[in-house]
Amino acid sequence: MSEPVALKLTAKDFKSDQEVRWCPGCGDYAILAAVQGFMPELNIPRENIVFVSGIGCSSRFPYYMNTYGMHSIHGRAPAIATGLSVSRPDLSVWVVTGDGDALSIGGNHLIHALRRNVNLKILLFNNRIYGLTKGQYSPTSEVGKITKSTPAGSADAPFNPLSLALGAEATFVARTIDSDRKHLQSVLRAAAQHSGSAFVEIYQNCNIFNDGAFDQLKEPATRDDHLIRLEHGQPITFGSAGQFCVVHPPGGFGLEVRETANTPTEEIVVHDATVTDPAYAFALSRLPGPDLRNTPIGVFRAVDRPSYDSVVQEQVATARAKVTEPSEQQLAGLLASGDTWTIL
Amino acid sequence: MTKQIRQLDRVVIRFAGDSGDGMQLTGDRFTSETAQLGNDISTLPNFPAEIRAPAGTLPGVSSFQVHFADYDILTPGDAPNVLVAMNPAALKANLADLPRGADIIVNTDEFTRRNLAKVGYTTNPLDDDTLAGYVVHPVALTSMTVGALAEHAVSKKDAERAKNMFALGLLSWMYSRPYGSTLRFLERKFAARPELVAANVAAFRAGWNFGETTDSFSVRYEVKPAKMLPGTYRNITGNAALSLGLVAAGVRSGLPVFLGAYPITPASDILHELSKHKRFGVVTMQAEDEIAAVGAALGASYGGSLGVTTTSGPGVALKSETISLAVALELPLVIVDVQRAGPSTGMPTKTEQADLNMALHGRHGEAPVAVIAPKSPADCFHAALEAARIALTYRTPVILLSDNYVANGSEPWLLPDVESLPDLRVEFATAPNGEDGSTFLPYLRDPETLARPWAVPGTPGLEHRIGGLEKADKTGDISYDPANHDFMVRTRAARIETIPVPDVEVEDPDGDARVLVLGWGSTYGPIGAACRGLRQRGLSVAQAHLRHLAPMPANLGEVLRSYDRVVIPEMNLGQLAHVVRAKYLVDAIGYNQVRGLPFTAAELETMLEEVLKNV
Repeated sequence: MSEPVALKLTAKDFKSDQEVRWCPGCGDYAILAAVQGFMPELNIPRENIVFVSGIGCSSRFPYYMNTYGMHSIHGRAPAIATGLSVSRPDLSVWVVTGDGDALSIGGNHLIHALRRNVNLKILLFNNRIYGLTKGQYSPTSEVGKITKSTPAGSADAPFNPLSLALGAEATFVARTIDSDRKHLQSVLRAAAQHSGSAFVEIYQNCNIFNDGAFDQLKEPATRDDHLIRLEHGQPITFGSAGQFCVVHPPGGFGLEVRETANTPTEEIVVHDATVTDPAYAFALSRLPGPDLRNTPIGVFRAVDRPSYDSVVQEQVATARAKVTEPSEQQLAGLLASGDTWTIL
Repeated sequence: MTKQIRQLDRVVIRFAGDSGDGMQLTGDRFTSETAQLGNDISTLPNFPAEIRAPAGTLPGVSSFQVHFADYDILTPGDAPNVLVAMNPAALKANLADLPRGADIIVNTDEFTRRNLAKVGYTTNPLDDDTLAGYVVHPVALTSMTVGALAEHAVSKKDAERAKNMFALGLLSWMYSRPYGSTLRFLERKFAARPELVAANVAAFRAGWNFGETTDSFSVRYEVKPAKMLPGTYRNITGNAALSLGLVAAGVRSGLPVFLGAYPITPASDILHELSKHKRFGVVTMQAEDEIAAVGAALGASYGGSLGVTTTSGPGVALKSETISLAVALELPLVIVDVQRAGPSTGMPTKTEQADLNMALHGRHGEAPVAVIAPKSPADCFHAALEAARIALTYRTPVILLSDNYVANGSEPWLLPDVESLPDLRVEFATAPNGEDGSTFLPYLRDPETLARPWAVPGTPGLEHRIGGLEKADKTGDISYDPANHDFMVRTRAARIETIPVPDVEVEDPDGDARVLVLGWGSTYGPIGAACRGLRQRGLSVAQAHLRHLAPMPANLGEVLRSYDRVVIPEMNLGQLAHVVRAKYLVDAIGYNQVRGLPFTAAELETMLEEVLKNV
């Protein structure tokens, strides 16, 4: 195969002519800019890229991308994108969704897309609130959250989106933050390189209905002591002075945060996203506390498993390889199969 | 002894037994033998929803009825001339359908006290006068089969299970059927276990020989081949024909067929069948639910496949939101609804036509789609092609309303010449269509079909975004403009309303009928048979049958108004009648039954005779 020709696209090539209509200050703007800025790196012609979304603020995304795109119905983007991706393996298919879209009304499609390992890049903008319907609690809102629909505080426990994705057999799971463009793009890069479903949770600020939800992870004063930046092959330490580390205590099932100073170096967990057993990535996903302390970002898990698309297309290709006759003749043979009789 | 041979013009046989007795297979084989002989045939399986209801109970009875004749027939027959009852439950469940004088072949081995008690017989109906008026042939089917297989290397259980082949052998002898296809079938079915081939063939032959030698069957029957159009035939069920129609649509359009489906009775067989045809480029996906099934199909259509989803009523309800999205996106989509008795789970293995309202109206907003219905099992092939044609040409969802009766029933199918099938090739958009030569307008319509361009991802220069939000005419941009919405709603309605469909044809051989019977879908056979019966008695009646329910044929109003009375038999509470009354202001009379069973020709004949008297 020859080297692909460099397409020399720029972020501008991925901006559509539509006026962007999110609320001023919305985290979606930063994500859009980061995605548009990253797209040229793919070196894929724009016509071979499709963004499919459901319903919600984040789901307006496709209108602003100068690629092919479909703004579909609430929760169903993974299902629609599955049909597209399986039937068109030549396309790069991206799903843009939100916490309500992906985890509430569309929860079923999300988990099944992940277990099938459909070749989709799924970007879940998690703002822990319903924005488009003007401020009801979402399946990622914290217990006790006071919103328009829960004046006495929400009574139900939230999903941990990454734990859910891992439980659904996801082969690629990552988290990033709207405001950290460099990190966001590094995660997009890893997701794009993954064959199969790539699930990316993006913490996104809704400045109207849930402003500051992720401030501890963004404010210079707190972020370094709250964020765990996962890097493959590196010991997991964090904090402004590297004063914290992650260990796997003997006899326990999960991971814990310790003080680096009191921990022998060999006990510090070295991050390996390729660990086959999802229990490791799951343990990472359970580290954050309710105050967002100890929140890992980066690629939690990236393992190889044949994508649904490739298996389905291989079955079709195998069946077609045996065909020697033109399709009309083949059809005539099929129609006349079984017990037939002729009347003269 | 020499047996008397009697000629018959038609026979209806019902094989009935426990779900585990292999009655569907027995019926299938008898049908195939009968087809080989050249009789016209029509079949009706009737089985419980339970996979294995408790053995020997009434809910566990499974039956298969086959009607064959030396002339063309339209239904599986109102009442059996012969009942094969493999146990007391089968006798009890089916006896009420039998006219006096019918033959009953019973497996006496199963008429034990315990089995009789299971179905509430306090005395043995073979010994009291329950069966007075019938011609009863008591046959020890199980023990004779086991006896015939004494020398065979099979277990007692396998020997007992071969009793259906003994019964088939006996019936094949009784009706002088050619049995080569059955022997070949057994060789294929048990290819991995030659001892079972030998045992089943031996059981079949034992049944045949028993007929020949026993005194309890003194007459053998013959039904001569029917006069049918020349050509090659196969016997086919509606679900199989529909599947082949979809494969054919793929070949004739040059597009890959993508089926998204979730298992549901009685539509699953279409998923099974299409899964076998990957060599035609058919991709099947068993989705996580009904919504995902239609969503994936729509996604595939967006990418340039012929997207299809197959289901039954409850599934269509779940798909409704996505069908509306397809209306807004103006993409091809075929939705197959194999109707069953509802509401809710209802009676999943029984037939009904009660989803017409849902197909025509069951969506939010003004969301018109095309609706068509096959009239018989073999017609499902052509109806599937027609659904694909409308979907591809007019870029619209099309609902194909089959039902359990046509889906599982079978009839001979004159194989079409592939070259004669409709040409379904489509043109994808390849270049900008704006006046400036560089802009692409995804909602600029073809003036004739009102279809918008189908620009599939991967086409350079035509990158565009579509979605469920209202779109501006031509550009497809999001629009909240009041006049634009009004225009788009009316345009979507006109798109469907102006699809040219063939005129409805009226069958009125006498030419002086004053009463018209209008039907749609699977009632074609019983209505046709009833009209025939009336005409044979010198009465005039006209029959018209709708394949296209949306849009309706342009001449329908005129046809309806030219009769003094219009009667509409439906297996629902009057859904087509309601539409006809609203649309054409015709005072149509409904005849409605929802018993989970097709109409009998006799009941329709009786009803129509009353109508004729009062015109």
